[in-house]
Amino acid sequence: MKHCLVVDDSRVIRKVACRILSDLHFQTGEAEDGLVALAACRVQMPELILLDWNMPNMNGIEFLKTLRRERGGDHPIVVFCTTENDVAHISEALGAGADEYIMKPFDRSIIEAKLVEVGLA
Amino acid sequence: MKADDFSFLAQLVRRRSGLVLRSNKAHLIEGRLNTVLRRFGFRTVSALIHELRHGRDTLARAVTEAMTTNESSFFRDRSAFDKFRDVVLPQLLTRRADSKRLRIWSAACAAGQEPYSIAMLLDDEKLLAKGWTIDLIATDLSSEIIARAEAGVYSHYEVQRGLAIRKLVAHFTQEGGNWRIHENLRRMVSFRAFNLLDSFGWLDDLDVVFCRNVLLYFDQKTKASILEKIAETLTPDGVLVLGHTETADALGGTFVPIPDAPHQYRHVNAPQQRLAVAG
Repeated sequence: MKHCLVVDDSRVIRKVACRILSDLHFQTGEAEDGLVALAACRVQMPELILLDWNMPNMNGIEFLKTLRRERGGDHPIVVFCTTENDVAHISEALGAGADEYIMKPFDRSIIEAKLVEVGLA
Repeated sequence: MKADDFSFLAQLVRRRSGLVLRSNKAHLIEGRLNTVLRRFGFRTVSALIHELRHGRDTLARAVTEAMTTNESSFFRDRSAFDKFRDVVLPQLLTRRADSKRLRIWSAACAAGQEPYSIAMLLDDEKLLAKGWTIDLIATDLSSEIIARAEAGVYSHYEVQRGLAIRKLVAHFTQEGGNWRIHENLRRMVSFRAFNLLDSFGWLDDLDVVFCRNVLLYFDQKTKASILEKIAETLTPDGVLVLGHTETADALGGTFVPIPDAPHQYRHVNAPQQRLAVAG
């Protein structure tokens, strides 16, 4: 079973995303900001990370840049999942090493479609 | 909905569009009628059917269009597009290398996702830059949905189902909460409202026909008739692409399955070609 880490400061969003991903046969973990996510990745690098942008302590883009420099940090597929839905943010995310991008609000069909894009469906 | 009202409605829609309404979908059908009720100011379905019985053409057209399924997404059934790009298109480009011209018809294009997906695919192959002429025709029964398709504007939700983010950024411009397809792709497609029961006389010399997820709504006789008309519009070696639940078995011998491309068929026109394929 593939492991997905859901990184979002909203507990509700984490629960919703985890439920959808569990239904899609992912083992899920949660982190409320980039720092917690980084610590989790150092223990076990997930196959997939669903990543919010705006979070306290360490935001999504800082987390991604740091992750990609970590040993094994090039491995996880990173899908941003954020309300920042303008082209400038999307380009910045892709430039920092994001694989896909979800513009909130999302539902199961969007997550499924994005998993197809990244080859994890 | 009363049984005789449903029966009248089903006959009207079948006569005008070929679509078969099934009584076990009555709930869904009533839901679709709600938009027509609001638009024309009727309070109940019975009142609307009563008016329909008096033969108001505008109302009958609106009701028929409301019965069509416009559910679609970009690159719907991804593997069909992958197989078209990797298996079918290279063969077609080789066969058309002299004319450098491709004429493609998306027969039930809904809000335009299918023809624009084809346009993106051809653009990614740099065909225009390589001097190819592309005629991309897109039709749908509903004139309302054709107007939407022609505008080429989609919501956040619509562009996230089937479009990779890099494709979105490459081929669309953001307009507030929506995304507009780039003008070069929009200009590749000619849209037109068209009923598949009507004459295909204006369509000819087609290299590819995408007729996906529409034949399943017709009865066997209508399906066979539409496939026959498609065969007449295709060049002798043209390609038919159907939906993943559809086959061209009704016209076996006229359409031959393309190896490694499920639900995609090569038109075999001349008797000697049929024999060659059979042999």
